[in-house]
Amino acid sequence: MTITRYKVLPGDYIGEAPPGPLPTNTYKIGNKLYTLKIGLAEVEDKEVKFIPLAGPYIPRINDFVVGTVVDLNAFTWDVDINSLYMAHLPSQDVFGRNFSPTSHSLSEQFKVGDMLTAKIIAYDRTRDPLLTVREPGLGKVLRGEPVVLSPSKIPRLIGKKGSMAKIIESKSKTKLIIGQNGVIIVQGPPDGIVLAIKAIHLIEEKAHVPSLTSMINELLSKGV
Amino acid sequence: MIKLIDENGLRLDGRRFDELRPVKIEVGVIKNANGSAYIEHGKNKIVAAVYGPREVHPKHLLIPDRAIVRCRYHMSPFSTEERKPPQPTRREIEISLVLRRAMECVLFLEEYPRSIIDVYVEVLQSDGGSRCASITAISAALADSGISMKDLIVGCASGKADGQIILDLSDIEDKEGEGDMPVAYMPNLDKITLLQFDGIFSEEEFKKALDLAIMGNKKIYEVLRKALMEKYFKTEEK
Repeated sequence: MTITRYKVLPGDYIGEAPPGPLPTNTYKIGNKLYTLKIGLAEVEDKEVKFIPLAGPYIPRINDFVVGTVVDLNAFTWDVDINSLYMAHLPSQDVFGRNFSPTSHSLSEQFKVGDMLTAKIIAYDRTRDPLLTVREPGLGKVLRGEPVVLSPSKIPRLIGKKGSMAKIIESKSKTKLIIGQNGVIIVQGPPDGIVLAIKAIHLIEEKAHVPSLTSMINELLSKGV
Repeated sequence: MIKLIDENGLRLDGRRFDELRPVKIEVGVIKNANGSAYIEHGKNKIVAAVYGPREVHPKHLLIPDRAIVRCRYHMSPFSTEERKPPQPTRREIEISLVLRRAMECVLFLEEYPRSIIDVYVEVLQSDGGSRCASITAISAALADSGISMKDLIVGCASGKADGQIILDLSDIEDKEGEGDMPVAYMPNLDKITLLQFDGIFSEEEFKKALDLAIMGNKKIYEVLRKALMEKYFKTEEK
């Protein structure tokens, strides 16, 4: 079975509409399937897969995100998750059910400007995303360098079963905390951070190139 | 009365009746914006920038089930031969409105409920047909921002000068000619999203002008396609 890859722009015709649900980022008129965004359309037999190259981050339940606290009030933190909606972290999630605004101070846990890793537990079209930090590995980010990548290019940074991220981590001796919303925290020695950020910028630039892995390998083996 | 077309059938700038002015498009010129584009269409120099979808402010504008679009078309004080006062004129308010309506119908606004898409258009140097050039720039900027859209839109005007139907009017042909018809067009879906008309045409002339404008639009679409492809796919595999 051969896979044909098309470079497409919004409104390009990519084939006949398949039965059942439509592939993401496509729409149909009659039986004709058209694209909604700039990206790569992979057509295999009659199956169409679309990889967008631009677009905002739309939250999804169970997404792991990296955010910045922008405001706090007596009951919630407002967290900027690089999306069109502001996310909220309820105080009960951090202090437990005994939370009382008189005895607990929210700024003791997260101050404005703090970065945190969290998971989206609730979101739909009518309400803003709700976050939780009550899982291992979630909470305040204490060290590292934040980098922003287009959210649509995150799958490319992770690679098949995490292969690309693993290559970058092992060769630059850093640890990557990758949020689905396009915010990445790079932790490790300063030289490694510089190298890893270079690699991330290369992905931003050349996400559509099939031989990206070898390009990244080349860049990382060159060093700083 | 200026003669706009000479005995050889050439216009003041040496073009034939169905010739476009040179068009140049560059995508992604403003780093702060989510999507942006710059267009040179004849003497027009226009920058378009798209911000969003983002949170709605002021909140009373919010619509629960879809995004709203806000468009600002503005001519810089230095864009014309005589200084243009910077506050929005009647003409600019009208063009902001028609541009918004022309682009609203290609966007999937239901995908971004409770949000706003801000579109800014700044004319740095003006010539005839700036609203058409703006529409092309806006569509490039929207595609660059990755907002879901049915099709790209391109704009091109046709009109009448010295009794002849002509394509892509320049400033003097617009002012001295007998008619002007800006058309914005979706090339893949073969649909029109904007059609304005000023002047007196016979039915025959109208049909001819519309066909001519659509032909011009298709040529501009090729330029727009090339510009977007260059931005997104220029680094080819060796």
